[in-house]
Amino acid sequence: METLAMHISNGIINGPVAAVFAALALAALTVCVLRGRRDLDDRLAPMAGLVAAFIFAVQMLNFPIFTAGVSGHLLGGALAALLVGPWVGALCVAVVLVVQALVFGDGGVAMLGLNITNMALLGTAAAYLLIALLLRVLPRTPAGLAVTAFVSSVLSVLVASQGFIVQYWLGGTADLGGNLVGLAGTMAGAHLLIGIGEGLITATTVVTVAKVRPDLVYALRGLRPAAAPAVPAVGGVR
Amino acid sequence: MGAGHGHVLYRESASPVHRLPPEVKIVAMVVFTVAVVATPREAFWAFGGYALLVAAVAALARVGPGWLLRRAMIELPFVLFAVALPFLGTGERVAVAGLHLSVEGLYGSWNILAKGTLGVLASLLLAATTTSRDLIVGLDRLRCPQVLTQIATFMLRYLDVLIGEARRMRVARISRGDDPRFLWQLRGFAAGVGALFLRAFERGERVYLAMLSRGYTGRMPAVWQGAGAATTGQWLAAATVPVVAAAIAATAVVLT
Repeated sequence: METLAMHISNGIINGPVAAVFAALALAALTVCVLRGRRDLDDRLAPMAGLVAAFIFAVQMLNFPIFTAGVSGHLLGGALAALLVGPWVGALCVAVVLVVQALVFGDGGVAMLGLNITNMALLGTAAAYLLIALLLRVLPRTPAGLAVTAFVSSVLSVLVASQGFIVQYWLGGTADLGGNLVGLAGTMAGAHLLIGIGEGLITATTVVTVAKVRPDLVYALRGLRPAAAPAVPAVGGVR
Repeated sequence: MGAGHGHVLYRESASPVHRLPPEVKIVAMVVFTVAVVATPREAFWAFGGYALLVAAVAALARVGPGWLLRRAMIELPFVLFAVALPFLGTGERVAVAGLHLSVEGLYGSWNILAKGTLGVLASLLLAATTTSRDLIVGLDRLRCPQVLTQIATFMLRYLDVLIGEARRMRVARISRGDDPRFLWQLRGFAAGVGALFLRAFERGERVYLAMLSRGYTGRMPAVWQGAGAATTGQWLAAATVPVVAAAIAATAVVLT
């Protein structure tokens, strides 16, 4: 049931609701494209590609939770928001979803709007709002960054999973009656575990990157004192 | 483009479907899927028509049914969800083989199974006949914003960089006496994931700089050279599938 929230397949949500969310996703992505174009410089372009590739690879790892029927995978919204910012980050996740839908049949093409709304828009937005808040509140140490990455990952996964519940409530094709609350609970519980896994991966990745190449972490750009010390690259090759 | 740019699902062949320009195939696939989803679930015959269409395209593309069905296993979690629906659903119930099943739930699971399977098969056919590089060229020709195609290009290119770097790090660990087995491998993976990311980024940055120095401006050469774009004839040829699907969907909507 878990993969359901992540990548909604064709026919799970009815046509009109899917169309409304497709329009919503298209409008939001247009804003992201306009804002992201300004962000995407020579340093961010390969980073965005790598973040997308990383999310793509990580989403392939489906891990079962509780029972065989319930499995889930990582989302990567928080990682994207931390490393390339909210606009390009949402685009990265959206690109991953589009390629998965077109080529791998993972998530229906007609349901792309719903999937993008949940994972690319809601997930990344929730993560970035939390990151912006926590980075101001917490001490600017690796531990503070790790906590920020962890908490924002957990929350972004939970928000994305509940986005599916709202969509199912609006236009689920099969009437579950009073079971919707139960579904919401199952989803939240399972995603708490996924979120913890995702939080650990995001935190280790971002802290390592921030230690070696702080210039690559978008979320730290405005906060660090100007002219961060030049750190030679690993292996010394640039 | 050299070898290695076809992805795992690509099936090398020279069939008429393979030769079609990618943008045509993408549009045909999307329209077909939308038509399938818009079909009322009570119109059982319509889904039979769609299945025939998929089978015809698969035969034309020389993609075997065994390959298609094996790859369609990605849908399995939804199948499990669909199987549970007749038991969870509310409302009127019927007795089937001694079980009291919800009619609403049965319709629901049929809906998910039929539409989901047809969608998965359609995208598998697209994947089997289009390389990832062609896919991006197609998206670009369809006026997809350059920021998106650029991210997608790098993503597909860096997937190989990432996998290669992970393999190198694993070899390095093994040659230093690590013994990665089933679960213990996870610990090494968790410790190395940050380093993997950095190493992949730095390799990827060099790839990017190499591309820039060879005249990369953010678009694939095949696009701005303008060669190979779809002709009207190719659009018309590919339009047969979505047009037939749309006709089936329209008939089904009128009849039910």
